[in-house]
Amino acid sequence: MEEKIIRTQGIYSEFPRKGPSAAPAATHYCPGCGHGIIHKLIAEALADFGIQDKTVMISPVGCAVFAYYYFDAGNIQVAHGRAPAVATGVSRARDCVVISYQGDGDLASIGLNETLQAANRGEKIAVFFVNNTVYGMTGGQMAPTTLIGEKTITCPDGRDPLTQGYPTHMCELISTLKAPVFVERVAVSDIKNIRNARRAIRKAIEIQAEGKGYTFVEILSPCPTNLGKNAVANNEWINTEMVKEFPLGNYRDRTAEAEHVERTTSDFSTESLEKLFELDSIAAPIEHKDPNFKESQVKIAGFGGQGVLSLGTMLTQAAQAVGKQVSWYPSYGPEQRGGTSNCSVIISNDRIGSPVVYHPDLLVAMNRPSLEKFQNDVKPGGIIMYDAIIGDVELPKGVKGVAVPAQDLAIQAGNPRGANTIMLGVMLGLGLTGLPEEAFQTALAANFAKKPKLIPMNLEVLAFAQKWVKENVK
Amino acid sequence: MATTLVKGNTAVVIGALYAGSDCFFGYPITPASEVLHEASAFYPKLGRKFLQAESEEASINMCYGAAAAGHRVFTASSGPGISLMQEGVSYMAGAELPCVIVDIMRAGPGLGNIGPEQGDYNQVVKGGGHGNYKPIVVAPNSVQEMCDFTMLAFDLAFKWKTPVYVLADGVLGQMIEPFTYPEKAVVPKIDTGWAVAGIPETRENLVTSIFLNFDQLGKFNDYLQEKYAKIATEEARVEMLNCDDAEIVLVAYGISSRIAKTAMDDARKAGLKVGLFRPITLNPFPVKEAKALAARDKMTFISVEMSNGQMADDLRLAIECKKQVKLVNRLGGNLIELNQISDAINAAAK
Repeated sequence: MEEKIIRTQGIYSEFPRKGPSAAPAATHYCPGCGHGIIHKLIAEALADFGIQDKTVMISPVGCAVFAYYYFDAGNIQVAHGRAPAVATGVSRARDCVVISYQGDGDLASIGLNETLQAANRGEKIAVFFVNNTVYGMTGGQMAPTTLIGEKTITCPDGRDPLTQGYPTHMCELISTLKAPVFVERVAVSDIKNIRNARRAIRKAIEIQAEGKGYTFVEILSPCPTNLGKNAVANNEWINTEMVKEFPLGNYRDRTAEAEHVERTTSDFSTESLEKLFELDSIAAPIEHKDPNFKESQVKIAGFGGQGVLSLGTMLTQAAQAVGKQVSWYPSYGPEQRGGTSNCSVIISNDRIGSPVVYHPDLLVAMNRPSLEKFQNDVKPGGIIMYDAIIGDVELPKGVKGVAVPAQDLAIQAGNPRGANTIMLGVMLGLGLTGLPEEAFQTALAANFAKKPKLIPMNLEVLAFAQKWVKENVK
Repeated sequence: MATTLVKGNTAVVIGALYAGSDCFFGYPITPASEVLHEASAFYPKLGRKFLQAESEEASINMCYGAAAAGHRVFTASSGPGISLMQEGVSYMAGAELPCVIVDIMRAGPGLGNIGPEQGDYNQVVKGGGHGNYKPIVVAPNSVQEMCDFTMLAFDLAFKWKTPVYVLADGVLGQMIEPFTYPEKAVVPKIDTGWAVAGIPETRENLVTSIFLNFDQLGKFNDYLQEKYAKIATEEARVEMLNCDDAEIVLVAYGISSRIAKTAMDDARKAGLKVGLFRPITLNPFPVKEAKALAARDKMTFISVEMSNGQMADDLRLAIECKKQVKLVNRLGGNLIELNQISDAINAAAK
């Protein structure tokens, strides 16, 4: 009789990635190990659904780290516990079938966060979770799924829940989440269970082939080497002891209502980017020649909510409008939220060095704490503009003070929130920054571009402030 | 030429988009969060992919996945987050995956604070994770360069199949300056020679960093070192200002180099022969140019950095300790002050 070899579909016929071997078609797994059966069930399903070309197989850390020896598909090997994150990266980047194959230490211990988060996002990936209650590759340490009383290298007296906690139930945990499409626990401990495992694995692969979302299949599997049992005894132990802790069955199946998840096509065109950033609305600089222009360093400070940072950006926009070198640098982070905030603006003809102003030519202080904090830093001959509401002040010698009733003027100008624009108008009126009126108007328009209704109102405030300067400041 | 005002962190995202990046994965952290914000605003509008990950470990591993699939992917974080990413970066170096990582440095160690510092130099420039690898590191010093160097970082990452860092700090991330948009966007192509993209052409490909055989891993490591040596010869970049006749040279990168430039300008006005040596790549360090300066009769180097001499050490190695390297630094979240540098120049000039 002629010998007939039935090859497993979806798996390489020989395994050269294993290196030179006398048995090139033998796996690296121990006798009695469940990985071989599980590999075969997954690989056959990939072949049957005709999706090997579009499959990316992710090998974990653990005994299945070498899954890429076997699966005839694209293969990626990843760090311990991170397979669901890597799978997310692949699956988000492109429309393909992504499989994350993981053991209990990898998935339920070091990678528990990645596992739950990927499940909760409903990533379009199939996770196959091989639960054999023990760390295999590293030599038989306790796993999150080790049974109560079960002995391992690191719980030699048996797992004690008082000190080592209880076994982790992944199907139960994952089925508390809304997004997963299919969650089932199976075993490969006997023929009947293997048939059932085959059905569940095929279903998960089919869901992936249809691009319907997240599937999780937990497979109770023997590890005779580390459990110190022979293959038969290990399988019996799964069927009698392990299933008590980890009941077999379906925990979620919403295949019928789940819909195909489509990935968008990336647009790389220059035209689309130019549209996105509205480049055609960017105006050329206003022609402005001022031979007497001098660099100015400005510090603006006040309470959060007084428009301190936006006063700085408006000034920056004014400088940019006439093509000056300019920089704006804020105090950032928690400082912005409540308390005081400040920003530095430097306007120059030359490349700007430090963007942080330590010794301003002009200090704008919107409140007393800001005035007191920065007034002694102002350069000799410099100017301090402060809100008149602060009251009596004692300014350093050699510095000119301008008390601006900014809050009151803003109310008079019909815009109670415009104290910062008043300050901007006073700067303009006093000619402090060497920038023309047109630049300030452009800045206001740019600053309120998203709320165009506010532009005329703020232009009025700006004019109101200039008028105040003419009438009140000598 | 469209010039407008842009924030440093925004410029990074603009650069990435023009460089053909279509995947971003990140996790919030001050002062890098605006990169995440801007990516979330812009990527989906072009059908590109954005995801806020559950952690920095997840971010970098999502990057690992998208990079393995052949896509131009990047992430951004700050010191504490970069510490968490080191595992993934080591795996990327081992698997030879291209990826851009933006580090907007803040002050450490530990939680530290959110002020600017340059204390991540060692963990970024030296590799930071396990194993014998070194990522390429580019260091911008303006908003414009935040964009331009991000684009450069993608080019280098794909040219050399390695993770590349853009190393900046809180000031560069948060500041606004005039910025000119790139002229032309890159349209990327999947390299079917190594990517695992779930297409027939890449079915035979494998991305891995495991070599069970010691000799094989030895050979692979030797190959990596050869690659790094080539990178050192071909990719070192430096900006040198007023170095021709200089007797004192300030060595500084990133935000420190801008303050150093002001100090140099002031010193020149006072008639002192001061120059500025600004490494644009920190790995590879511009060794050849530094050595040439050190070969002069009269030369004092002043390392200006916001870290505890981390770059000064590399400078000493580069010049084989042939000249004195003084350190001017400031730690803790405050920018280095102009007068610190000026004082050091004046002391060296005496």
